[in-house]
Amino acid sequence: MTTILEAKNLKVIRGGSLLVDVPGMEITEGETLSLIGPNGAGKTTLLQALSYLMKPSTGEVLFRGQAVGAQQGVLEYRRRLAMVFQEPLLFDTTVFGNVASGLKIRGIGGPEARRIVESQLDRFGIAHLQDRSARTLSGGEAQRTSLARAFAISPEILFLDEPFAALDPPTREAIVADLERVLAETKTTTVMATHDRNEALRLSARIAVMEGGRIAQIDRPIVVMNQPVDEFVASFVGTETILEGEVRGVNETALMVRVDGSEIEVVGKGKAGERVVLCIRPENVTLSLPDGNAKTSARNTFQGRIGRIVPLGLFHKVEISCGFPLVAYVTTHALEDLALQEGKEVAASVKATAIHVIRKSGS
Amino acid sequence: MDIILEGLRQAFILLVTFDPEVIGITWLSLKVSGTATFISLFIGMSVGTVVALTQFPGRKFVVSLINTGMALPPVVVGLFVTIFLWRNGPFGFLEILYTPTAMIIAQAIIATPIVMGISLAAMQQLPKKMRLQILALGATRLQMVRILIREARLPLLAAVMAGFGGVISEVGASIMVGGNIMDYTRVLTTATVMETSRGNFDIAMALSIILLLLAYLINLVLTYVQQRERPR
Repeated sequence: MTTILEAKNLKVIRGGSLLVDVPGMEITEGETLSLIGPNGAGKTTLLQALSYLMKPSTGEVLFRGQAVGAQQGVLEYRRRLAMVFQEPLLFDTTVFGNVASGLKIRGIGGPEARRIVESQLDRFGIAHLQDRSARTLSGGEAQRTSLARAFAISPEILFLDEPFAALDPPTREAIVADLERVLAETKTTTVMATHDRNEALRLSARIAVMEGGRIAQIDRPIVVMNQPVDEFVASFVGTETILEGEVRGVNETALMVRVDGSEIEVVGKGKAGERVVLCIRPENVTLSLPDGNAKTSARNTFQGRIGRIVPLGLFHKVEISCGFPLVAYVTTHALEDLALQEGKEVAASVKATAIHVIRKSGS
Repeated sequence: MDIILEGLRQAFILLVTFDPEVIGITWLSLKVSGTATFISLFIGMSVGTVVALTQFPGRKFVVSLINTGMALPPVVVGLFVTIFLWRNGPFGFLEILYTPTAMIIAQAIIATPIVMGISLAAMQQLPKKMRLQILALGATRLQMVRILIREARLPLLAAVMAGFGGVISEVGASIMVGGNIMDYTRVLTTATVMETSRGNFDIAMALSIILLLLAYLINLVLTYVQQRERPR
């Protein structure tokens, strides 16, 4: 596992505001890393600083151990990477001419360029469009051309800045599938900025969640999804239930946490009296009908009333108030099976292992 | 009414028989205005490109100056060029007043801001991220400028056409610094002025038809450029 790109003490300050502040970050050769976060989190700025399209205010970017702009020339570095933007940004020429443009800039032409361009056109399924003017392409065709142009120069690092955000869902799905296949073939190191966490989960080996120019958490998708480091990351990765509570009891493996008068058992570390935050993903909450006993004694089963049911296509989001607010995702099938409706009493249960505990530092 | 019909008939005859005087005047017009446009192309396009692609203090002021220059009155240019080239003026020693060279200078001064202003707008209309995309493709600064000019080639062509259209049809500066000397500095516009004042409507009309044809051709190209779509 070699590190291909490293950022050290990287800061981008523009117009007096700190847009990016990344003390350290390493990208491993061959991996796909996604930067996710809301608009204005600094994803695009970080991409541009890493690709040296924007000079960082402080700090350095090391490509294969060499500082860009010092030991390694900026132009030389840029010639070893490629970038694809949200807009295809095609040149006013044919599809072929567009895909060949990076090669032409490097002084590669003739049969060699033709061979490379043709293989990329095939790879992205646009060989039949090669003589078409870029002006006549659909959004999907244009973005495929932009991707083919990027891969034509065999980049050592590929930067993608919201590459699918402007596409309609079927086109987006087809292109994401193509890119997934091409990345598996080429093993190109990829850094992608996106605000779509599903896209990130699908394509990435690691995810960096950004907020206010900083990387809040960088880890494998499963870790970020299930063990977010703070409430911001938790809510950004789709944790619907985020509860503050106090540790009441501790045994070898589990904690009893008191939240608004209810006791919730969780697996994790903590000490009595400590303030913690509990994160419960909606997929991990199961609903059943109350079993008749007024208060069920089963662990982590809470009785409550359904406040609202929101249809989300394949799932329904069910909001329950059971002493504290809890959100569950229920399949349409289960919803009908249990005849769930707003105002109805239900029992909600969560496994102690499915609850993530964030310890509040300083208290 | 007769005067118009007769004029048109005569004009038509002059045109289809390639009347040597009409041809000579037209040729000189094309030569003078073409050369002036060619000069303005170099200055206008390079300055326009630099202003479009760089940031510097006072940039907005420079842009406003260029835009004002696009509406520079030809007679004002004619006046200043005449003063500069006057026998005891700063460049009087060149002795080029009342020559085609003086006309080329005056017309280049008129055309340059037009070419500059339209080039500036053409380069600024390219998507901002286009520059980043070109740099990310590994281009040097020079390669980037070349690609951007290529991308804006049709609006830039429009700039050239507008510059040419501006000078081929102006009369004030040409008559002031050229003097409308027969077979030497007499061009389409100055000849039309003179022939009209003499009541020679046939030849004036023949010359005007040529001017109109040129204006139409120029606008045909401009319309085509404006109606065209940009790639995504």
